[in-house]
This record gives sequence, structure tokens and C-alpha cells, in this order.
Amino acid sequence: MSVSQLAELLKQNEEQILDKWLSAQRAAGIRFDLIDERNVQDNSRDLLKAVIMALAQDADDFDAPAWKPLKAQLERLSRTQARQGFSASETATFVFSLKEPLFELIQNQSQYDNRVDLVWLVNKLVDKLGLFSVEYYMAGREAVIREQQESLLELSTPVVQLWDGVLAVPLIGALDSNRTQIVMESLLQKIVETESDIAIIDITGVPTVDTMVAQHLLKTITAAKLMGARCIISGIRPQIAATIVHLGVELGDVVTKSSLADAFKLSLKELNVRLVGNAR
Amino acid sequence: MTKTQTLPLKQETDIVIIRQRVRKAAEEARLGLVSQTKIVTAASEIARNALIYGGGGQCLIELANRDGRAAVRLVIADQGPGIADIERALVDGYTSGSGLGLGLSGSRRLVDEFDLKSQPGAGTTVELWKWK
Ligand SMILES: Nc1ncnc2c1ncn2[C@@H]1O[C@H](COP(=O)(O)OP(=O)(O)OP(=O)(O)O)[C@@H](O)[C@H]1O
Ligand SMILES: [Mg+2]
Repeated sequence: MSVSQLAELLKQNEEQILDKWLSAQRAAGIRFDLIDERNVQDNSRDLLKAVIMALAQDADDFDAPAWKPLKAQLERLSRTQARQGFSASETATFVFSLKEPLFELIQNQSQYDNRVDLVWLVNKLVDKLGLFSVEYYMAGREAVIREQQESLLELSTPVVQLWDGVLAVPLIGALDSNRTQIVMESLLQKIVETESDIAIIDITGVPTVDTMVAQHLLKTITAAKLMGARCIISGIRPQIAATIVHLGVELGDVVTKSSLADAFKLSLKELNVRLVGNAR
Repeated sequence: MTKTQTLPLKQETDIVIIRQRVRKAAEEARLGLVSQTKIVTAASEIARNALIYGGGGQCLIELANRDGRAAVRLVIADQGPGIADIERALVDGYTSGSGLGLGLSGSRRLVDEFDLKSQPGAGTTVELWKWK
């Protein structure tokens, strides 16, 4: 009953609702630095059409298939806004500012005696849409964060060749399991590619060495050994050294050096490279 | 910083945040650099256990006081299966998974006070203290 009645009412007054909705949005403040007038109009018109379409199918259950296209549209919109830098409340305001024009419209229909029901219906509907848009917005934001995390993973794991036969990995930041896995693999691969004898793992930039990090280091060292390369760990700061000892982690016969420079010097010495400078 | 805060522990990245906040608290309590690193590392161990074996939980960080000395107090709790044999779990090198088996025993050595409460089926709570 009231659902299809509402659909009819909205359809007849579509243009008027759209105008009022747009002015309500303007009154609430539109981020014209992020979106242009044209887009706002198109988005509003499309969404209003989708609402009318869904209502016209007389479905008041939001999970019904009739609401699918509308939800899809809202999802696209909210996700896009999340990427473009809108705040969550700016995104929700777009939907919520539809309430006022709809309430006004219903109020003016003195021929209906079920106006209270209609207002209630609109209220529930717009609230629901608002919540959906916030949820989609959050999903969009989370996707952005995940992408950034992934690109960070790749960014921060360079394996560099310091000398013929000497590789170095300067590890930086928190070594969660994914990242260490990637470092380990790329180091081993580079050892094979370059037929290196020595790999220097520098942990100057690693804030915490716990048992998980230690275990990853030990595994890498063992695997490197199997490929015929020796590892040197450099950049173990005093406070990290003290902590490792108390934890009870034993690094075995791994050579450690306080700085990358020292580790490099040692590598050259072991490869019988002698640097001749302009010594006095 | 507020005196106490409770952080969620539901995924790997939560451990990173817990470490950062514990470091901050340790700085604020003016612990030395070595003590800071120790309490942060212990927090990392216990939090990872709570996540891996306990299925997640939460971490309370408190800027506290111990006999007039500034201190950091941590309470890391999970609602997981608990530890049946606590004594065995605290043995160096014991692991039921594929770890080094040093998380619990090592953490106990890293802090000034260590209290482990656990019952099969009722989860695990670990309280850690480090003071100035
Ligand atoms: N919160 C917990 N809930 C249930 N079991 C736990 C919990 N914490 C530890 N345990 C049990 O105690 C054992 C020892 O823990 P411990 O942290 O010392 O070693 P680990 O986690 O196996 O290896 P790692 O050296 O990497 O920490 C674990 O293998 C696990 O069986
Ligand atoms: Mg552990």
C-alpha cells in the first residue's frame, strides 16, 4: 500500500524533489574543490531515479532484489568519495539531505490521511540509505589502506649489490610476517642471480627484534648458507643486543657487526679485496 | 597521554600499534632505552601469543607507579583455549607450534614483574611490569 503510493508520489514530483534536494545539499555545503556541480546533479538524479524504481516494485524489505541496483549505485558513489578525500559525514550528508524535501512533499499532500505512515517510511528508508553509504565509504577507505600497505611491502625491501659478490638488505620498519617473507625470498633469489658469497642484513632501521623477527633472520641465514652464501648481520644497536640476549635467542655462529660499513669492510677483507687509498 | 588505554588485538597490524603505544608509554615513564626496548619486545611476544594461540583479545597499557617509581603496566588478555600446562609453556624452547619457544620464558626475563594466569577454556591473561 504505502510503498507504492510513495513511489507514485515521488515519480510525479521528481523534478521538484531533485531541485530541493540539491539546494539542501548546497545549504549543507558541497565540496566543490572535490566534485563539480555537474557531477552532483547527475549523482542526485540517478540516485533518486533508483529510489523510485525500487519503491515502484513495492518492496519494503531492503534485502529484496528490487533494492539491488540502488545499493550498487550507492556503493559506487560512496567508494569513489572515499578515494576522492570526502569525509564520512560529507558522504552521508548527501543522502541525509534527501529527508527534508521528502518530508515537505508528504506534508503538503493533505488528501492523504496516512501522512504519518509515509513520513515514517521515508525516515526509515533514508536512514538505511545513509547507513549503507557510510558502510560503503568505510569499505572504500579500507581498500585504500590495504593498497597502501601492499605498496609499502614492495617499497621497503630492496636488495642491493655493494660489490661483486657482496649483497646488502637494509631492513627498515616493523618486520611483520608478510614483509620478512618477501625480503627473504628476494635476498635468496638475488644471491643466486649474482652468485654472491656474502649477504649483509642490516637491521639498523628495525625498531623491535622479537622471537618472530629472530626466527625469520635465522631461517634466512640457514637458507643462504645452503645456497653457498654467508650472512653478516649489521646494525644491532646496544639496546637490541641486550634484549635479544635476555630473550634467549641465540644467533649461532653468525657474524655480527655494529654498522653496515664495518660489515662491508669485513666482506671485502674476506674476498681478499684491498682498497688502496692515498694514504699518507 | 591518558593514564590507561585499551587497544584491540585482532590482527597482525594491531601488534604494531601496541608496540608503538607501549614505547610511547615507556618514554613517558622515562624508562631507559634498554628498558624501553625490553618492555616493547615483551609486549610484542605476549600480544602475538594472544593473537596466534588465543585468537585475539585486548591490551591494556597503564602509566603506573611502583613504590614511588614511574612504571609501565601491561595487561594482555585473550579469551582463547588457555594454557593447560603453564610450567611447560614457560620452559625455554617449548613450542606447540613452529616458534622458537622463547616468547613466554624470554618475556619473563625482560620485565620486572611477570604474572601469567590461564585456565583451560577460560583464556589467558598476562600482566607485565617494567619500572624505572
Ligand atoms: N595466549 C595463549 N593461549 C594459549 N596458549 C598459549 C598462549 N601463549 C602461549 N601459549 C602456549 O605456550 C607455548 C609457548 O609460548 P612461547 O611464546 O614461549 O613460544 P611460541 O609462541 O611457541 O614461540 P615463539 O618463540 O615464537 O614465541 C606456545 O607454543 C603455546 O602452546
Ligand atoms: Mg610466542
